[in-house]
Amino acid sequence: MDGVHDMGGMDGFGKVQPEPNEPVFHAPWEGRVLAMQRSMGYAGAWPIDASRFAQERLAPQAYLGASYYQRWALAMERNLIERGYAGADELSSGHALRSGKPLARKLTPDLATQAMTRGSFYRQAQTPARFKPGDRVRTKNIHPPTHTRLPRYARGRLGVIELVHGCHAFPDTMAVDKGDSPQWLYTVMFEGKELWGPDADPTLKISIDAFEPYLDPA
Amino acid sequence: MAQHDHDEHGSELSETQLRVRALETVLTEKGYIDPAALDLIIQAYETKIGPHTGARVVAKAWHDPAFKRALLDDGSKAVRALGHESRVGDHLVAVENTPARHNIVVCTLCSCYPWDVLGLPPVWYKSAPYRSRAVKDPRGVLADFGVKLPASTEIRVWDSTAETRFLVLPMRPSGTEGWSEERLAQLVTRDAMIGTGLPKPPEEVA
Repeated sequence: MDGVHDMGGMDGFGKVQPEPNEPVFHAPWEGRVLAMQRSMGYAGAWPIDASRFAQERLAPQAYLGASYYQRWALAMERNLIERGYAGADELSSGHALRSGKPLARKLTPDLATQAMTRGSFYRQAQTPARFKPGDRVRTKNIHPPTHTRLPRYARGRLGVIELVHGCHAFPDTMAVDKGDSPQWLYTVMFEGKELWGPDADPTLKISIDAFEPYLDPA
Repeated sequence: MAQHDHDEHGSELSETQLRVRALETVLTEKGYIDPAALDLIIQAYETKIGPHTGARVVAKAWHDPAFKRALLDDGSKAVRALGHESRVGDHLVAVENTPARHNIVVCTLCSCYPWDVLGLPPVWYKSAPYRSRAVKDPRGVLADFGVKLPASTEIRVWDSTAETRFLVLPMRPSGTEGWSEERLAQLVTRDAMIGTGLPKPPEEVA
């Protein structure tokens, strides 16, 4: 979806402000949110792209006004309610009013460290890769109303395949519970001028990682 | 949970704090989560998983040409072979800085970051200024970090739009010939592995 989360190339947000000696968490609740998200992910409650999509669907002013972990918490509440894991009445009262929905598994302390390893997104290829390094491609000009990982600034642009990363679960379908739909994944490199016009820094090259359905031969 | 008992009355944060506490209580009562497992995850990110892992990887690559080749060929496999406590997931890609090319990593769509080797991302990495500008004005972003590169250096920005995770392999500072891996690792900053910084000069490390 064409939301405010898709920030690449927007102006007006100001300078980057590094924080010297930044703590891992700025408040204890941030760690709780992160760990709850990890636990629910381990339990198989919803895929990571459903978390991203829930954040993207926040109202723009809510998205921009919230901190990173606040967005996570808001997205988690949304997924819990939409998927029937908890009711809005329970979240507002702060207590379970009904019993829980069955989940595939539960993250217990003995498994916590094991769950820190990221899962693999590799999937069995259904077809051979359509592109190889050096191939010229044009990204599609698509504007799906749902989750996609093709950023606006790189749509309809001419690029070159640089890396082939194998076949991966496809976020666009994962986010809306339509399955893995495995797709080949490529690093596609663009010249700065192709994305930002003739005044772009001539030394600039930008790449995205693009799933095969985002690409046409060029 | 002692972590919850910080006093932040009257601030906007206290509303968030209460809301997060409610969330945790509901999920616990429903049987979905175990607060003790949450404690361990938080503890791991606070004490075990951080940029020191990435720094060891970079230092080894500087020290051992065969490891460097393996790292650039398959980042996940090479780092896993080191047997670090934070086990590295798939899809780690190391990208090498050279005199001709400087790499910078961003995630414009959310905040994808190589947690396995760098820990949790800093706030600036997740902020709108960085996410919006890194792909369009990377030299301006570098200036915000006090980094100025020659005008002829190619700036290569990697937007992490999938589950691939990028680790920048910075250039080894000159004047470090004969240094051990442990000593080299002290030069490697987190920002140098994101591409918004450079390794420390050797004179800063005893």
